[in-house]
Amino acid sequence: MGVEKETVEVAPDIRHIPGTPAFITPVDKLINWARTGSLWPMTFGLACCAIEMMATGASHHDLDRFGIIFRASPRQADVLIVAGTVTKKMAPIVRRVYDQMPEPRYVIAMGSCACSGGVFRTYSTVQGCDEFLPVDVYIPGCPPRPEALIYGLMKLQEKIRREAGHWGFWR
Amino acid sequence: MEALDKLKERFPQAVLGEETSCGQAMVYVDRNYLLEVMKFLHDELGFDHLADLGGVDYLGWKGKGKKPERFEVVYNLYSIGKREFLRVKVPVPEKDPWVPSVTKIWQVANWFERECYDMFGIRFKGHPDLRRILMPEDWKGYPLRKDYALQPEEEWPEYDKVRAKARELCRYEWGDRKVREG
Repeated sequence: MGVEKETVEVAPDIRHIPGTPAFITPVDKLINWARTGSLWPMTFGLACCAIEMMATGASHHDLDRFGIIFRASPRQADVLIVAGTVTKKMAPIVRRVYDQMPEPRYVIAMGSCACSGGVFRTYSTVQGCDEFLPVDVYIPGCPPRPEALIYGLMKLQEKIRREAGHWGFWR
Repeated sequence: MEALDKLKERFPQAVLGEETSCGQAMVYVDRNYLLEVMKFLHDELGFDHLADLGGVDYLGWKGKGKKPERFEVVYNLYSIGKREFLRVKVPVPEKDPWVPSVTKIWQVANWFERECYDMFGIRFKGHPDLRRILMPEDWKGYPLRKDYALQPEEEWPEYDKVRAKARELCRYEWGDRKVREG
C-alpha cells in the first residue's frame, strides 16, 4: 500500500508523513488515547476504602499525573469508584449516581466489601455491588493500597484502549 | 455511693437492685417509676449528661445471674459537676416492650431512643418522633434481637426493585457489561 511505503511508523499504528507535520492513525486509537488520559472518577466514598482513595488522590501517590481528577458531580464523571461497604439502604442512591453519569461510563469496585460484601455477610449489606452495577474492574483488599487502586485504574485504561465501535455517528 | 443512697431513700419502691461492675455503680429501676427517678437524678443529684443509652437482648443468657426479663435498656449517666458516672438499667419484658422516654429530661436521648427502637423494637412512650433511624422505614423486624436471622429469607422490597431495574437497564449498556445474576 502506498501509505505504508511513503510513511514512517513512529509508534505502534502511528505513521508520520515525511516532510510534513502530519501523522496517520486510526481514529479509535486517537480517541481512546484521549479518553484514557482524562479518566475523571466520581468521588463516592462509602467507608474506610474512601480514606485510601483520598490518599491515592493526594500528593504522595498523586492520581493527577495520570490525568485522573476527582469530580464532585456524576454529570462530569467517567468512572464510579465504589469505595467501601454498600448497604442495602445505600444501594438505590449508588444506582442513581451511576444512572446520572453520561456514557461512556465505567465502574470500579474498590475493596473486598464492594467486590463481594467482604466480612459483612449480614442482613443489611449488599453482597457485592455487581448485583446492581456492571462492574469493570474489581480491586480486592481490605482496604486496597493506593498502588492497587492505581493498578486497577491502569487496567481500566487498558480496557478502554481495546475498545472500538462505541461511538461515532457513521457506525 | 452517695447518689445511690439518696435515690434508694427517695424511691424505695422503684429500685429493684444494685450492683458494682468493674468499680462502676449500677442500679436496676422499675420502668413504671423511671421518669420520676430520672428527673430526680437530673434535677437534684446533678446527673446532667446522658452519655449513652442502649438496649440489650438477654435471650438465651448463660452468663452470671438470672435476668428477670428478656430486654434491658441501659442508661449511662454522668455528672459533670461531681465527675461521677451512674449506670441505670431498666428490665423490659418481651411482651409489650415499652419504656418511658427521657427526651424531656435529656434532649440527646432522642436519637439514642430511636436507635434502640430501630434495633430492638422497644417503644419509648412519649417520644416526639419515634421512627427508625438506621434501617429503612419500611424494614421488617428488629435486627439486633438475638432471634433475628443473619440473612432473612425475605429480601427488602426496595432492594429487589433496584436489582430488577439494574438487570433491565443492562440492555442499554455498552459492550457486554452486565450485572451479576442470582
